[in-house]
Amino acid sequence: MNTQVNANTPIYNDDVVRFFSLATVFWGIAGFAVGLLIALQMAFPALNFEPFLTFGRLRPLHTSAVIFAFGGNALFATSYYIVQRTCQARLWNDTLAWLTFYGYQAVILMAGLGYIFGVTQGKEYAEPEWYVDLWLTIVWVAYLLVFLGTLIKRKEPHIYVANWFFLAFIITVAVLHLGNGLSVPVSLFGVKSYTVMSGVQSAMIQWWYGHNAVGFFLTAGFLGMMYYFIPKRAERPVYSYRLSILHFWSLIFIYIWAGPHHLHYTALPDWAQTLGMTFSIMLWMPSWGGMINGMMTLSGAWHKLRQDPVLRFMIIAVAFYGMSTFEGPLMSIKSVNALSHYTDWTIGHVHSGALGWVGFITFGALYYLIPKLWGRKEVYSLRLVEIHLWTATLGIVLYIVAMWISGIMQGLMWRSYDDMGFLEYSFVETVLAMHPYYILRALGGALYVAGALIMAYNFWRTIKGDIAQDKRIQVQEAIA
Amino acid sequence: MSFLKKHEHLERNSILMLVCIIVVVLIGGVIEIIPLFRMETVIEPVKGVRPYTPLELAGQNIYIREGCNVCHSQQIRPLRDEVVRYGHYSLAAESMYDHPFLWGSKRTGPDLARVGGRYSDEWHTAHLINPRDVVPESIMPTYSMLAKRAVRLDDMSAHLKTLRIVGVPYTDDMIREAYDDAMAQARVDSPNIDGLKARYGEKVNARDFDSNPNLTSEMDALIAYLQVLGTMVDFTSYEPRSAEPQKKEAGK
Repeated sequence: MNTQVNANTPIYNDDVVRFFSLATVFWGIAGFAVGLLIALQMAFPALNFEPFLTFGRLRPLHTSAVIFAFGGNALFATSYYIVQRTCQARLWNDTLAWLTFYGYQAVILMAGLGYIFGVTQGKEYAEPEWYVDLWLTIVWVAYLLVFLGTLIKRKEPHIYVANWFFLAFIITVAVLHLGNGLSVPVSLFGVKSYTVMSGVQSAMIQWWYGHNAVGFFLTAGFLGMMYYFIPKRAERPVYSYRLSILHFWSLIFIYIWAGPHHLHYTALPDWAQTLGMTFSIMLWMPSWGGMINGMMTLSGAWHKLRQDPVLRFMIIAVAFYGMSTFEGPLMSIKSVNALSHYTDWTIGHVHSGALGWVGFITFGALYYLIPKLWGRKEVYSLRLVEIHLWTATLGIVLYIVAMWISGIMQGLMWRSYDDMGFLEYSFVETVLAMHPYYILRALGGALYVAGALIMAYNFWRTIKGDIAQDKRIQVQEAIA
Repeated sequence: MSFLKKHEHLERNSILMLVCIIVVVLIGGVIEIIPLFRMETVIEPVKGVRPYTPLELAGQNIYIREGCNVCHSQQIRPLRDEVVRYGHYSLAAESMYDHPFLWGSKRTGPDLARVGGRYSDEWHTAHLINPRDVVPESIMPTYSMLAKRAVRLDDMSAHLKTLRIVGVPYTDDMIREAYDDAMAQARVDSPNIDGLKARYGEKVNARDFDSNPNLTSEMDALIAYLQVLGTMVDFTSYEPRSAEPQKKEAGK
């Protein structure tokens, strides 16, 4: 790796990227830990402590912490890193860039404290009240300006494919946030507001937002990471340029339609449900287009997977992406959804995407980024990276298998009849049947948290400048 | 490949790319969302659905504050087992005054769309204080503090006024009397009870929900809300709309 500074290379703003990277690690561990706590609360209800630490208040804390704090900081860090390198230009406007850092951490703190104190709009993944929404809007506009400003002053003639995805993510999240956030505060000095929409319209707009928080926040942005870090780490070009164009435009076009599959068999009009289902099934194709483009980038470099646990993180991430984008369309089919909806199957599906795809591509990106940002050759210990990899993978497998079993079992128990044609199980009997799987799920989550702690230790030693004396690194160096 | 050539324009112009992205992502949302505002086809009119009383609204806000909707849905699907277990499937009109909707997405606990009138107030009080006292296998958190905390009602007029801005048909009377109506609903023998019933209908549940006459508690408000869920629609006069009535309408 050439570490010499070329005279023509602009001096990048990497300070802000360093801060975002560390915030990603911090919020990741916090978010996973709260997830573990609420998983345990479902197995052992005595772990709920009213009024502040009950499942109902902590669940949004967990989802916001992992999606917006962990995922969001990862997106800021990687998009700022990538856009500078691929444009050969320093971030446009340092002040605004720092505003996005401190402003975004303030959003996280305001939202998180709000949940604990019971301040919430009650809309999934859009819980923060009106004042947080307003502040986030300001931060997000600054983000768009910094990113777009950097694109405009680029020295490269073409905008690199990763930046298409980041741009689509930033602008679409802005549209979604504004659309779903419309509300009227009761008083300018109070926290409470009422959403402008009600009932059916509110449901449709919420899931237009909710599903595209998945589609654009957790997919498009992270595909941007995939398109930069996999080619970099594998030292191979992106598999197919044509496929990138095709899957980019079809992905962003089709994703927007998929929201109503969260509302099958509800009071939402049937035509909207059918449209949502149709587009969700179609979505399988662009999703797998992206997966193939990411995986096949390793053409001619497959052997690197054997030696490099960082690359392995990224490729397993893409494999999980493929798996959950196959499972998603399946679950959006109305007759499958009749069974899966309202059950843990959905929770399992989300986590195969979140832990497997979002988590692993972020870990891979961080293992690539942190040594670079602190001027180290490689992370402290690749052996520890490998231990993290297997601990976390085992954790995910335990998690999703537990949720498949409990979800499908509960769905089947709800619709089971006895010989007389009466319902066979009372609701609480189905709750009781979940217990062992809730413990298994918490075990999977604990492994995932443990993996993240190993990663944090590895980064701490990396930043300190230590190098572990394990054989792997020497092998790596011999190859390099 | 000509389309690759054309795509080059986009790759060289970030503003053009930005505009194209916005257009592409707006199409789906516009087509799915805009038609839903033609209310007459989306929400069938049914008899009986009324705005929440101030006490019920305060209860709904506690429901939202505690994240009850995280584990309890309020949307019964027209599937055989759900209709047997929970009652008539949910109608769009039943959530037309919910800002936002509270249909939920997960049933860690049972659906609550029609829980109103199913259990006694005493059962709800005991259950919320410690769910395992009445359902030993329950995994629900305890909410004993609700019985000890006074429910905030002094600002209910402002709440009703805000809801009127977003379309809930609260009258001037309802807004002005919000506090008294809320206090009246949580007592056994309030002098204001006639006003409450005149404004919200004879069916309104008015009683001391938590059996504690010394305090109008958050428990009172939450139970008042739970006890009205799913009870507003008069199903004796309700006929689901199918192809048939539409023909009749056309015949008129």
